[in-house]
Amino acid sequence: MLDYTTLKIIWWVLVGVLLVGFAIMDGHDMGVGTLLPFVGKGDVERRVVINTVGPHWDGNQVWFITGGGAIFAAWPLVYATAFSGFYWAMLAVLWALFFRPVGFDYRSKIDHPTWRNVWDWGLFIGGFVPPLIFGVAFGNLFQGVPFHFDNNLVPYYEGSFWALLNPFALLCGVVSSAMITAHGAIYLMHRTEGDIQARAGRALHGSVLVALLGFTAAGVWLAKGIDGYAITSAVQTGALPDPLAKTVAREAGAWLANYQRWPLTLLLPLLAYAGLIGALLLARVGRTFAGFWASALGLAGIIGTAGMSLFPFIMPSSSHLASSLTVWDSVSSQLTLGLMLGATVIFMPIIILYTRWAYRVMGGKVTAAYVRENSHSAY
Amino acid sequence: MIDNVVDLSRLQFAATAMYHFLFVPLTLGMVWLLVMMETVWVMTGKQVYQDMTKFWGKLFGINFALGVTTGITMEFQFGTNWAYYSHYVGDIFGAPLAIEGLMAFFLESTMIGLFFFGWDRLSRKQHLLVTVLMAIGTNLSALWILIANGWMQNPVGAEFSYHTMRMEMTDFWAVVFNPVAQAKFVHTVSAGYVTGAMFVLSISSWYLLRGRDVEFAKKSFRIAAAFGFASVCSVIVLGDESGYSVGESQQTKLAAMEAMWHTEPAPASFNVIAWPNEAEMKNDWAIEIPWVMGLIGTRSVSKEIPGIHEIVAANRARIVSGQQAVVALDTLRANRHDAAAQAQLKAHQADLGFGLLLKKYSANVADATPAMIDAAARDTIPKVAPMFWSFRLMVALGVAMLGLFGWALWASIRGSFAANRRLLKFALYSLPLPWLACEVGWFVAEYGRQPWTIYGVLPTRLSVSTLSEASLYGSLAGFVGFYTVLLCVEMYLMVRFARQGPGSLGTGRYANEAPAH
Repeated sequence: MLDYTTLKIIWWVLVGVLLVGFAIMDGHDMGVGTLLPFVGKGDVERRVVINTVGPHWDGNQVWFITGGGAIFAAWPLVYATAFSGFYWAMLAVLWALFFRPVGFDYRSKIDHPTWRNVWDWGLFIGGFVPPLIFGVAFGNLFQGVPFHFDNNLVPYYEGSFWALLNPFALLCGVVSSAMITAHGAIYLMHRTEGDIQARAGRALHGSVLVALLGFTAAGVWLAKGIDGYAITSAVQTGALPDPLAKTVAREAGAWLANYQRWPLTLLLPLLAYAGLIGALLLARVGRTFAGFWASALGLAGIIGTAGMSLFPFIMPSSSHLASSLTVWDSVSSQLTLGLMLGATVIFMPIIILYTRWAYRVMGGKVTAAYVRENSHSAY
Repeated sequence: MIDNVVDLSRLQFAATAMYHFLFVPLTLGMVWLLVMMETVWVMTGKQVYQDMTKFWGKLFGINFALGVTTGITMEFQFGTNWAYYSHYVGDIFGAPLAIEGLMAFFLESTMIGLFFFGWDRLSRKQHLLVTVLMAIGTNLSALWILIANGWMQNPVGAEFSYHTMRMEMTDFWAVVFNPVAQAKFVHTVSAGYVTGAMFVLSISSWYLLRGRDVEFAKKSFRIAAAFGFASVCSVIVLGDESGYSVGESQQTKLAAMEAMWHTEPAPASFNVIAWPNEAEMKNDWAIEIPWVMGLIGTRSVSKEIPGIHEIVAANRARIVSGQQAVVALDTLRANRHDAAAQAQLKAHQADLGFGLLLKKYSANVADATPAMIDAAARDTIPKVAPMFWSFRLMVALGVAMLGLFGWALWASIRGSFAANRRLLKFALYSLPLPWLACEVGWFVAEYGRQPWTIYGVLPTRLSVSTLSEASLYGSLAGFVGFYTVLLCVEMYLMVRFARQGPGSLGTGRYANEAPAH
């Protein structure tokens, strides 16, 4: 069996992988949902847009569900503290997501313009709101979240919902939203043709620009204007998890310390730029499939940069520094981490195989002719 | 204040779970009906069976969408509203939820896309494979969720650690093969199969009563009758009270739902009908059948079934012991190396959860008075009357459905059902019964576990998040409002397409052909 420290690090990487998987898979259909009202003019075009993700959105959404389950199993204290602390933000995500299953499935079942238009905006909310809030949540992690544990590890959140909407967090929300929109746009370019493809191309340009400018600005802000967190007591990485056993201090520039310590990690922010710019260039020469995967690497770069900057912190506490949650002290037992690693290693490749098969079967351009011919069965 | 938050959190969980379970059982049952219909199509090549798969699949999809919608909440609500629970048992409880996603929900959700959109792109056999995988995914999903729920009823394979202040897994396979979880799985999915069968049977009966799409409806009716009869037998035989002989939580439930106040000499008699008197802890009157309770409860004539008074007395002793555990734990949280406290905790650790029940009465458990201990012991029994009557309602519904499916199967074997208006009307009006039975059944299972979230380990009162009452009123109203609107939309579509019938496929072979849209 792997030692506890290794398992803790592996699970930090795995949660990252699940987040990136969520961004790549659910992200592209959320991006498509965000773009739906803008790139689809008229009912047939909108149905084309929706049907590019019609057979896949449900499977993709399981990345979100499984991500939640994995955080519950691997980081129960994070699951408990973050979701109850960010109560209204979390509910906003859930309620926005409610629009998706019904939006996709019910929209085209009734032939009435108002009915369909309402569901189109529902799909927009379901695609736009969750990535925005996830970005805002990450933005708050960098600044620390006001919470503490009592001696029995009951978490208490001391902030308000509105305090989450501060300028830096909103900037992170914009980055997140723009990168997901870009990702949806490149996917749409790959799966559509003509006017829709052209509009998606323009959306790709705009959103890549916003994402990279925002990413750069957030990096500068983080370096100059936001104090990071550092563990000041001796860290016993293999110890039984106890978030109250350490001491923590705020230090200027601490969020960039990992890049000095391990210079290779600078590849992560570089990947963010290379991926998104690559997606843009590849799309321009019509290589939309390669562009999609370049964009996916860009997402991995942005999410990886955020995670790497925080490491080993997951959720620092601004009001009671010692309560901060880290990779070392918010995890499950060694047995559970090992077990869940086994389950992931077995099932993840299988999931990827049948997901790939599903995309192969449903591959090719979605056209207006397809929608007309399958008017009773298509979304 | 805290008790209000507890009650509101419970209410929100109950509401969101009960909404969710309006959609789950139909999904569980319909997938297998779709598998059967499509299998017949692939084997015989008869077009009507493909049309059946597609039409019932369409209604299945309308239901499935809300199953997914309401299911999202369930995965995250433990964190949002039951934060201390999530911390305290996440090491065990999180694992089946995560594995459910990896093993089952991905499969189900990926295949459902191909089920609806893959007809023209897959060979017949490939499409059938997709449908079968979707059914397997759906049922595996139920398995892992019920393993998680079974652990709440009978927490095996785990141990408390004072270092981490939580329960930790010691034996994963004990959690997986928890007998309570296995019994619950069989009972719950069978109830889902009955629901799917009733749905198809009722709507087919309606077409037959109106004399339209007769061949389509007759074939659907036959499959539903056979599947429903087999499933309702499974619900009753495999889901009966034998599952309740395992574990103390289940014994407490059994005593409450049967209003058994005292341990009787084996084999115990069965209260067909009784009038439970909560205050005096007895039945004002009861109609009893000798022997029956002992037989169905223990499958023996010699094993005793504990009564409520005896359970309360045993729990009182455990609370007294648990008080020592809580005191020792408090010492250890201040100083992890206190050897005396370590020994004291070890001696009383099995009763720690019972000690925590005293926190309702005294912030400092060490100071709890004998009167408080009495009250806490009395708390360990859920209210008897709601348990007693809900259980009886569930059983009565089960028996009624056994009668219906028995009759329907008999008539469909004799071939006379299409003109038997009395049977068809009985089938039509029975449509709500399985849903009612499922909801009441879950009420018995979950209300019956009170005052615990994890039986004997963690009281419900300590499991909640530290949220404000205002937040809970807001979120409860939001969930109920949102779900109710969505439910209305769903019912509207369901009724509309069920009324239109297979003509909605636009094939030109049925009544009420759909206009192109």
